[in-house]
Amino acid sequence: MDWVLTLLNKLFVAPLVEIAGAPDLFIQVLWEGFVAGTLYSLIALGFVLIFKASGVFNFAQGIMVVFGALSLVGLYSLGIPAWAALALCIVIMFSLAWTVERVVLRPLVNQPDIILFMATIGLSSFLVGFGEFVFGGEPKTMITAELGLPSGSIDLAIAGGLVSLQKIDIAAALMSAVMVTGLAVFFNKTRIGRALRAVADDHQSALSVGITLQQIWVIVWFAAGVVALATGIMWGARSDVSFALEVVALKALPVLILGGFTSIPGAIIGGLIIGVSEKLAEFYWGPLVGGSIESWFPYFLALIFLWFRPQGLFGEKIIERV
Amino acid sequence: MQDQLQAPPAAGMRPAASASDASLSGAAQAAQQAETLLELDHVSLSFGGVKAIRDVSFDVNKGEIRAIIGPNGAGKTSMLNVINGFYHPQEGTITFKGRARQDMRPDIAAGQGIARTFQNVALFKGMSTLDNIMVGRSLKMKRGLIWQMLRIGPAEEEEIRHRLAVEHIIDFLEIQHIRKTAVGQLPYGLQKRVELGRALAMEPDLLLLDEPMAGMNLEEKEDMSRFILTVNDSFGMTIALIEHDMGVVMDLSDRVVVLDHGKKIADGTPDEVGANQHVIDAYLGVAH
Repeated sequence: MDWVLTLLNKLFVAPLVEIAGAPDLFIQVLWEGFVAGTLYSLIALGFVLIFKASGVFNFAQGIMVVFGALSLVGLYSLGIPAWAALALCIVIMFSLAWTVERVVLRPLVNQPDIILFMATIGLSSFLVGFGEFVFGGEPKTMITAELGLPSGSIDLAIAGGLVSLQKIDIAAALMSAVMVTGLAVFFNKTRIGRALRAVADDHQSALSVGITLQQIWVIVWFAAGVVALATGIMWGARSDVSFALEVVALKALPVLILGGFTSIPGAIIGGLIIGVSEKLAEFYWGPLVGGSIESWFPYFLALIFLWFRPQGLFGEKIIERV
Repeated sequence: MQDQLQAPPAAGMRPAASASDASLSGAAQAAQQAETLLELDHVSLSFGGVKAIRDVSFDVNKGEIRAIIGPNGAGKTSMLNVINGFYHPQEGTITFKGRARQDMRPDIAAGQGIARTFQNVALFKGMSTLDNIMVGRSLKMKRGLIWQMLRIGPAEEEEIRHRLAVEHIIDFLEIQHIRKTAVGQLPYGLQKRVELGRALAMEPDLLLLDEPMAGMNLEEKEDMSRFILTVNDSFGMTIALIEHDMGVVMDLSDRVVVLDHGKKIADGTPDEVGANQHVIDAYLGVAH
């Protein structure tokens, strides 16, 4: 039985001792997790928007993040000023939304969900190919300074040590907060937001009161595209811009399982939980198994979560009559 | 229309019986000189090999209550779906407000002034009563997105104006107590009322009601009849409805069209239709 005790000790007691010994490190890890979490939230938000309005799980959301960031860097390298390039990227995201509605969604209307899901996988492959064709496959550096994003860090004396906050991380967290607030207001206060929620609830009756589905789809895909672009810029600024970002975007899956596929608050809180827990797990449990917990821990957490609450924290409870 | 909705609906308090007498006595002249609002001309609709509607023609006059009745599977709901554009008939033309069309999208039909309710209540279940009815105003709200998000200036004024209209509808339908309730939690009878409210919010020229009283008890049916008559009498809204309860149909409607197996078998005032041998056969079943 000794090994059980040792294991419990290493899993649950030793980390607490470590936290008590170096609280500043704990806060540092918490902050890193929080920043990663806000970005996961943003990615998940893109999924939720599209899922709510059209019932489609958009597999291409991750690649939209990469595509947005690549377009921005690519346009800048052509000599277009940073802010103009950003504006052009928003136009590109709109064109993408419009094209997707025309070419993918409209011809497939009333098809089973799985067909639409497959179509988004196709879209994702297309965007990877198209992106590499236009911008090349090699990793690029985000034009952080040119966009007026801050660099460097602030050191804070907390809990008897120094906690270092990257300014870009602060900017990322702020931007996430602004976007989330904006979307919440959009959904709850505007006619189009109301129409969006209506479409999410019932297509047929939405049509019968004069809501045009096609228009709503373009709007949600555009909103998801703008969210993707913002995420791409922020994530790109923290690492670099390459197709590897797509893997990061897949982290939105456990976020959605935690938060529920239809809930905006769920996406936010789910994102924060995933971000914080993966960094904590990496830091305190990682050494036990030789590190790199970060890449699989969120999925593990989601799996456990599925046992207890398959509809997610805020998702609508699924009741099926037998 | 707008003014009428905003006026306190005193007429709504009238007992159903007297209102129905009034509309019946007016029916005879109305039928002769009335202006045609909707006309269906030799409409046929089939799904694969199944013929849902076969060569049906009838019209709806401005200001009347027109009932569509018939046994199960007669094609009544298909008929409404053709009128508001969910189904596209293979043959025939539909003329609404003088404009002929064969294919129609439901969202465009809504824009032209056709509102409807559904047989199995199709509301936005996660949203409150108020929001559901507000969605009915979607087409009437024009202010830009940014203005609405900021809730300033004209957008604020517009939101308030439409909220007011919606509040009048809520008062009229006597559903004040459930304004903030998510409609998914409401009993069936109230959901039907909210659905009527959403359709009224569109201030349509033609209101299509698909079995507005299905599954209701007597008291709820009387309330609903009263609402329908008031909407027709006081607001002057034209109504086409499908209903199974014969008593209700005979009391409410000015003219009745009877379908059986997708074909029109009778058309006329409730009395004429009630005396028609084909109709009696269709309902009672007869060996041909």
